Amino acid sequence: MTLQKEKYRAVVIGASWGGMNALQKIFSQLTNPFKIPILVVLHQDKTAGGGVIDILNIVSTLPVIEAEEKQKILPGFAYLAPPNYHLLVESNKTLSLCISEKVNYCRPSVDVLFESAADIYRHALLGIVLTGANNDGANGARYIREKGGGLIVQSPEEAEMPTMPNSALEVTTADFVLDLDMIAEKLNELANAIDKAD
Amino acid sequence: MDTTEEDDDIKDLLEVIYAKWGYDFRGYSAASMKRRLYYFVRQKGTPSMKELPHYIVRDKALFSRFIEEITTNVTEMFRDPGFYRSVRANVINHLYSYPHLKVWHAGCATGEEAYSMNIILEEEKLKDRSMMYATDINRLVLSKAKKGIYPVQCLREYEKNYIDSGGSHDLSLYYCKAYDHFIMNNNLMNNIVFTEHDLATDYVFGEMQMVMCRNVLIYFNRDLQNKVFKLFHESLDLGGFLCLGAKETLDFYEGRDHFKVVDDAYKIYQLVK
Ligand SMILES: C[S@@+](CC[C@H](N)C(=O)[O-])C[C@H]1O[C@@H](n2cnc3c(N)ncnc32)[C@H](O)[C@@H]1O
Repeated sequence: MTLQKEKYRAVVIGASWGGMNALQKIFSQLTNPFKIPILVVLHQDKTAGGGVIDILNIVSTLPVIEAEEKQKILPGFAYLAPPNYHLLVESNKTLSLCISEKVNYCRPSVDVLFESAADIYRHALLGIVLTGANNDGANGARYIREKGGGLIVQSPEEAEMPTMPNSALEVTTADFVLDLDMIAEKLNELANAIDKAD
Repeated sequence: MDTTEEDDDIKDLLEVIYAKWGYDFRGYSAASMKRRLYYFVRQKGTPSMKELPHYIVRDKALFSRFIEEITTNVTEMFRDPGFYRSVRANVINHLYSYPHLKVWHAGCATGEEAYSMNIILEEEKLKDRSMMYATDINRLVLSKAKKGIYPVQCLREYEKNYIDSGGSHDLSLYYCKAYDHFIMNNNLMNNIVFTEHDLATDYVFGEMQMVMCRNVLIYFNRDLQNKVFKLFHESLDLGGFLCLGAKETLDFYEGRDHFKVVDDAYKIYQLVK
C-alpha cells in the first residue's frame, strides 16, 4: 500500500514511554520549512514544565511550541499538548485544550487528539503512533483509518516500548510500519509533495 | 472542510435546548462538546443523537442528566499549587485593606477549589471577614460541593499540593476522616454560599474583591469568553482581582486595558481603572 502523497494537511503524533528520544530523532531530521502542521501528544508527568519543549527545540529543525487554546494551526510548526490538558482540533483549524477525565489513564490522551483531528481533517490526516507502554492511541488510530486518513506505526522491534505500536496494529492496519529514520524520511517526502500539488 | 451532518445535529440540539430550557451551550467549543455528547448518547437508555432533540424538550430529568454529563467537572484541591503560592505572595496583602471581602468562585464544580481558597484566607487571617459565593451550572456537583465530602484516595495528592502551595500546616487540620471519605471542617463551610449560576445567561454578582474562574473558559468560544469577561469586569470592585486558569488569557478581551497583570504565568489580573 502506498500513501497518497499530496493529500495530507496535518500530522498527529502520539508517543509515551521512550517518546522523548523518538521525537528528538524524528524532529532532528525534518526539512525546514515543513509544509504540514504537526500536532503532538507526549505523555509526561503533569507537573513537567517547559523542559520537554526546550529539549526538542535544541534538536528540532522546525519550531516546537506548546499548544495554546484557540491557537491557529499553521504549517511549519509542531504543537505539543501541555501536560495535564487534552488537545483537540476545532473545525476552523484552531486548537482547543480541555481538562476532562483522563482517557486510558492519560491526559493528554493520544486518542482524544487523534479522534478530534480525524473529525476535522478526515482523509487529509496522517497519524503516527510511536513507542509507549500502554494502549493509548489504538482507538484513535483506528478512527483515523475509518475516516480515510493515513497511518504510520513505529516498528515494535525498534520501539523502546512496543506496547503502544502493537496495540494500534492489533485494532487496525497501518500504511507503513517503520523505524524512526524512515518515518522522518516519509514525512519529508509527504511535505515536499504538498509543494508540487499546490 | 465540509461541515458534517453530525455537526448539524449538534447545532440543532443546542438550539432546541436554548429555546426550551434557556441554557445556552451554543458558544461552547465544538470539539470537546462533541466528544461529551457522543459519550452521553452512547450511555444506556439515552436516545440517539437524532432523537435526542425530541426527547430532551419533554423530559426534564433527561435534560438534567444532559447538563451533568456535558459539563466537565474535574477538579482538585490546590490544583496548580503555584497559583496559590502566587495568591499568597501577590494578592493577599492588598486584601487586608477591605473591612469585608467578597469572593466569587465561578465554575466551582465539586468545591475543592473553593475550600482551598478558604483555607488560604483562614491562614492569612482574612476568613472571618470574607464571604465566598461559589457557583456552577451543574446542580449535582453543587450538592456535592455543599457537603464537602471527598474520597480519601485523593488526600495524598492534595496534601502534596497544599505543601507546594506554601501551606505551613498539615492539611489534616482542615478535615475529618470517616471511613473512605474525608469531610471539610464546618468552619470552612460557614462562609461559603454554593448556588446555581449560569455564566452564559445569568447576570452580574455585585462588587467582588476577587473573582476566580479557572478552567471554565477554555470550554467557551471567543464570543462567549468576551461576554463572560464583561460580566466579571462589571462584578469586580476597582482594585479587585481576577484569577483565570493557567491556559486562559484576558488578552483578547476588549476591556483588557482596565486590567494589570499581577502574575502572567498563573493568570492573575487586577482591575486598576
Ligand atoms: C473543569 S471544571 C473547573 C473546576 C475548578 N474551577 C478547577 O479549575 O479545578 C469546569 C466547571 O465549569 C462549570 N460550567 C460549565 N459551563 C458553565 C456555565 N455556563 N456557567 C457556570 N459554570 C459552568 C462546569 O459545570 C464545571 O463544574
